Amino acid sequence: MYAFDWSSIPASLPFLWQGMLVTLQITLVAIVVGILLGTIIAVVRLSKNPILSALAAAYVTLFRSIPLVMVLLWFQLALVPPVVRWLFPKSNLDLNLVIAFTAFAFFEASYYAEIIRTGIQSISKGQVMAAQALGMTDGAVMRLVILPQAFRRMIPLLLTQAIILFQDSSLVYVIGLADFFGVAKNRADSTGNEVEFILFAGAVYLILCLTMSMLVRQLQKRIVI
Amino acid sequence: MISIRDISKWYGAFHVLKDCSTEIQKGEVVVVCGPSGSGKSTLIKCVNGLEPFQKGEVIIEGTSVGAKKTNLPKLRARVGMVFQHFELFPHLSVFQNLTIAQCRVLRRSAGEAEEKAGRLLDLVGLRAHARKFPAQLSGGQQQRVAIARALAMDPIAMLFDEPTSALDPEMIKEVLDVMVKLAQEGMTMMVVTHEMGFAKKVADRVIFMDQGQIVEDRLKADFFSRPNTDRAQQFLSKILSH
Repeated sequence: MYAFDWSSIPASLPFLWQGMLVTLQITLVAIVVGILLGTIIAVVRLSKNPILSALAAAYVTLFRSIPLVMVLLWFQLALVPPVVRWLFPKSNLDLNLVIAFTAFAFFEASYYAEIIRTGIQSISKGQVMAAQALGMTDGAVMRLVILPQAFRRMIPLLLTQAIILFQDSSLVYVIGLADFFGVAKNRADSTGNEVEFILFAGAVYLILCLTMSMLVRQLQKRIVI
Repeated sequence: MISIRDISKWYGAFHVLKDCSTEIQKGEVVVVCGPSGSGKSTLIKCVNGLEPFQKGEVIIEGTSVGAKKTNLPKLRARVGMVFQHFELFPHLSVFQNLTIAQCRVLRRSAGEAEEKAGRLLDLVGLRAHARKFPAQLSGGQQQRVAIARALAMDPIAMLFDEPTSALDPEMIKEVLDVMVKLAQEGMTMMVVTHEMGFAKKVADRVIFMDQGQIVEDRLKADFFSRPNTDRAQQFLSKILSH
């Protein structure tokens, strides 16, 4: 039988914590930027301008048709480094972290855009007419009446997407970034306790995701509107 | 004040409104009735441009609703509208429902908007419910809030699109009472309704529509005592007999 050796894990905890901070940063940035950008894309997609609408649709289709790993690699190989060098020529930004932030934000925006578009379309025509009848412009109708209601309905879906994103962030190991999973993998290789580290990392992901899912379910019960 | 001239509207090949014309004077109360599908709700939504129309024009105090250069939101802000299904904003409290357009459209200060909202909630008898959300109110209460929300904009006229047809019978009266009070205070009103009691009490004129046409446009007394057409007569006998 395999003899587990957990002894090297306690000493690695500070490193794993650093990795977890990277994971959380990527998740948070991708949620915030993804939802902001996703909202804009959803609104543009539903706009009356056929060209803008088609561009937004193309963005969504493009990112949803490419595996996330490839998006990360493309951002690393071609897109992000020249832009960063051009914008901040003298800075010593952690390039890989910038790549992870932007790749995840742009990728997630396409998924959030679809969720938010469905949310916007779920608001009845009557609500729109009532807002218009009060003299609101199209922009005001969207900001004051449609989006606040759409987001209330969408909170469970948006959070579920955030949980998926939290797990997917482990893919940044392909660009050489040490997130929680990356650190676990490194420590596993250097200590030789591979099975223990991967099991431990898996348990941490499991516990965090289960906790978040339970919170989402609680929230779902409380949202009536 | 409101003049509707030869309005025609098609949904694809379906001709919903056929050359409808009428005038509504300041202070006048006009009831629009007719069988379902006759186009009355569509007509009233054309008045403030919520429904586009392909032919004819609607002029509100000199401004054409259909003209390209018309600032439609600005024009709509001056005409109040009440809907069959209330359409209060469910994410806002009763009070916020009354203040949001005052602040964001008319640019009134919060203090001014709140004072106005308070007075109108008194008028419809719902001051005590100001902090509640629409879902916590009965249908009749929601519709009274919707009337107050429209009045908060100080409209020059009020449009009512079947304001009582989604209500339980015992709640119809509380809404009609508010509307009667408004009519008696001199508000210009166009009301799509089947409530002939309301029409008899406060209407100046009654418009009868059938199959997208204005079939009768008469003074109230004439309409009820001797309708010109068989269709109006049949409609009246059906609706008044129960």
